[in-house]
Amino acid sequence: MADFGYSLTPSSRIDLNKADRETFGKLVKLEPDVLKCMACGSCTASCTAGVYTRTSIRSAILYLQNGREKEALEFIKGCMLCGKCTIVCPRAINTRQLVLSICKIYNLK
Amino acid sequence: MNKNVIVIGGGPAGLEASAQLQNMGYNVILVERTHELGGHLAKWDRLFPDGVPAKSVLDSLLANIGGVKYFLGTEVQSVNLLEKSYNVILSNGITILANAVLIASGFDLFPAEKKEEYGYGIYDHVITNADLESFFASRKDKQAVPDPRIPLQPQKIGFVHCVGSRDEKIGNRHCSKVCCATAVKQACEIKEEFPQADVYCFYMDLRMFGRNYEDLYLKAQKDYGIRFIRGRVSEVAEDIDKKLVVKAEDTLSGKPVKVTLDLLVLMAGMKNSGAGQQVGSMISLETAEDGFFSCRDSVYSLQKSNKNGIFFAGACTGPKTLPDTLHEARAAALTVHNYMKNFE
Amino acid sequence: MIYEGKRKIWSDYQKEIPDDHYFYVRSCIRQSFFPASERTFLDIVKNKLQKDFFETEHHTTCGGIAYHSDAIPQETVMTIIARQFALMHKYGYENYVCSCITSFGLYTETLETWREFPELEAKIKQILWDTCKLEFSKPAYLAHASDIIYKYRNLIAARAKYKLIDKTTGRPLRVVEHIGCHYSKMFPSKGVGGAEYPYVLTGMIEAWGGEVIDYPERRHCCGFGFRQYLVRSNRGYSLSNTHKKFESMEPYKPDMIITNCPGCPYFLDRWQYVISEMEGKTYGENGHGIPVFTYEEVAGLVMGYDPWDLGLQTHQVGVEPLLDKIGIPYDPETKYKGPGNKDLGQPERPSCLK
Repeated sequence: MADFGYSLTPSSRIDLNKADRETFGKLVKLEPDVLKCMACGSCTASCTAGVYTRTSIRSAILYLQNGREKEALEFIKGCMLCGKCTIVCPRAINTRQLVLSICKIYNLK
Repeated sequence: MNKNVIVIGGGPAGLEASAQLQNMGYNVILVERTHELGGHLAKWDRLFPDGVPAKSVLDSLLANIGGVKYFLGTEVQSVNLLEKSYNVILSNGITILANAVLIASGFDLFPAEKKEEYGYGIYDHVITNADLESFFASRKDKQAVPDPRIPLQPQKIGFVHCVGSRDEKIGNRHCSKVCCATAVKQACEIKEEFPQADVYCFYMDLRMFGRNYEDLYLKAQKDYGIRFIRGRVSEVAEDIDKKLVVKAEDTLSGKPVKVTLDLLVLMAGMKNSGAGQQVGSMISLETAEDGFFSCRDSVYSLQKSNKNGIFFAGACTGPKTLPDTLHEARAAALTVHNYMKNFE
Repeated sequence: MIYEGKRKIWSDYQKEIPDDHYFYVRSCIRQSFFPASERTFLDIVKNKLQKDFFETEHHTTCGGIAYHSDAIPQETVMTIIARQFALMHKYGYENYVCSCITSFGLYTETLETWREFPELEAKIKQILWDTCKLEFSKPAYLAHASDIIYKYRNLIAARAKYKLIDKTTGRPLRVVEHIGCHYSKMFPSKGVGGAEYPYVLTGMIEAWGGEVIDYPERRHCCGFGFRQYLVRSNRGYSLSNTHKKFESMEPYKPDMIITNCPGCPYFLDRWQYVISEMEGKTYGENGHGIPVFTYEEVAGLVMGYDPWDLGLQTHQVGVEPLLDKIGIPYDPETKYKGPGNKDLGQPERPSCLK
């Protein structure tokens, strides 16, 4: 194929038609409270790891819903399971437990 | 003493104010432009936050207006200020002399076709909040013709908040106040109707300010699995299967988002009633930048206009929920009553 | 799709287009991209329809490309524009029609800017006098040349030799219409049909027997975007936008594309070659591309002009399958022959695109 010195640019657009609803459904079954997140960001703001790494439970939940599992897992990889986010969550989501459940459902060691 | 009070508009505000004024001993003449009482409430199915049937509220309102003289299919032709009272001529030829006129002309739904990029009236499966209420209401009626725009088994349904609200381009900068709660309510209801469907709400802010509204939002998320996407729908197109391709930004992740839907519901907002404004112009009532009538002040005298003897109740002075409107109707009745004491 | 709804929108965006007496200005890039389009336009309006269209060799580029590429400031481009308007006035015309969408957008933007900022207009007036000694004047009416063809679409249909119909099946051709962004996206009220559902090209296609297809990315920009294309490192965005449009229109199996902008037909045409070389993908039937035309070329085709006189041999995507479909005769032998039978030479064949 010819080299023109440029190429098609990959799209950054989230395509919800392709989002994996099934695996997320499994997570919801295990952790129904994941649906309660209202994206306030308290978890991210108080995260011990978050200021040094990309850790953010809020973003992880959002990216899972958007079918961006790989990126979602990047957002919890740095979690140290300290439990601070669970204390601050206004919707009383057991975020610490949620991290463990996400790892289980999405096979993250 | 002339105890006549004219109420313009037979929606919830007009009905409740009429009932209260009649109860206080005034001769109430209620003028309604259309051929039925109840305004938008008569076309609605259920009410947020608890899903109370609209009909039961309307029935209560109608049960209390015994003794109120009302004219249907009648418009106000002219209003003239005599010395201290108003001479009102109606389209049915009747002339009434009244010391007080209560404007309860309510709101018009924003004409959703004006948001051209959403394709209302152009794409096969785009409807408004009002269309969806009609659909819900019609299900009990076996004779009703089903709305062809609503597929039999929609798999993906979207709600667009703020259609004709918070939109300077369209000329409405204001928030229409009730659409967030209506969207969340309707999203739950449609999920009950079509349990297999994925339901998306596209919002900019969720203004769930009233009692139990936040619970409604929580229920929508947790029990109904409604997906809330923070971002305004920017463009809708139709694909080869007549499905709707919706573009927005998921502002929480800062990325454009696309989803293909079987049905799109536009949450048309409120604007001042065109018919109400016509009456307002007969007596030079001031309107504010948002097009609604200006009250005498913004806190203490909401039921008073800038003209003696002209009063307001309900959404003619800005978007209101139904409970707000009923409170205003009662407050307006009391304000009129206090004013009428001047004539004793 | 509810056609009545569209009609309603279209009726809200109708502009009065004067019937005759125009000062015509050419586009700088169209003369090299689609050399015969402007000539065809003038031949149709002047010789076939007997209208009064005047052009002068003294007019220049509008400066749009330099302006949009940040190479010249606004005052400069406004002075160039003021000079064009002054020429119109000098020759006794007050209806101004331009061939280019970039120009049309820029003229509209300039007139609106002058209306909003009279002090800027006064400044340009002075600069025009200082530099050119010309009297400042504004057109009574500004049109894009596609507005004119739209206006005359039924006159053209009445003289048409061919219809946009598949002659073997009788089926109306499926046509993608693509409107240049600067035609009405900046000022929807200045375009026939507005910005969301423009009617200017749709009206022509309907009048000439074709059928417009409405695909999801219909409103999407072709991707030219001046800086996107002009800088090689950005060229991928430009290509990606065109790619997005083709992916979106593909299921509708379009027979042809009609455009009203200088850049769009060029890129929609040439990028099909680039995509085919990069991805091995073609969008037309049997390995062909989808032929792309200017509105003047389509008008010329239906009126029976010789395809090679319309300059269709300069297109990347071959037009022959479409000509066969409509039943327009052409001589393969003269495709690459210039005036006086001069041999123009054969272009190299692409490796993938037929």
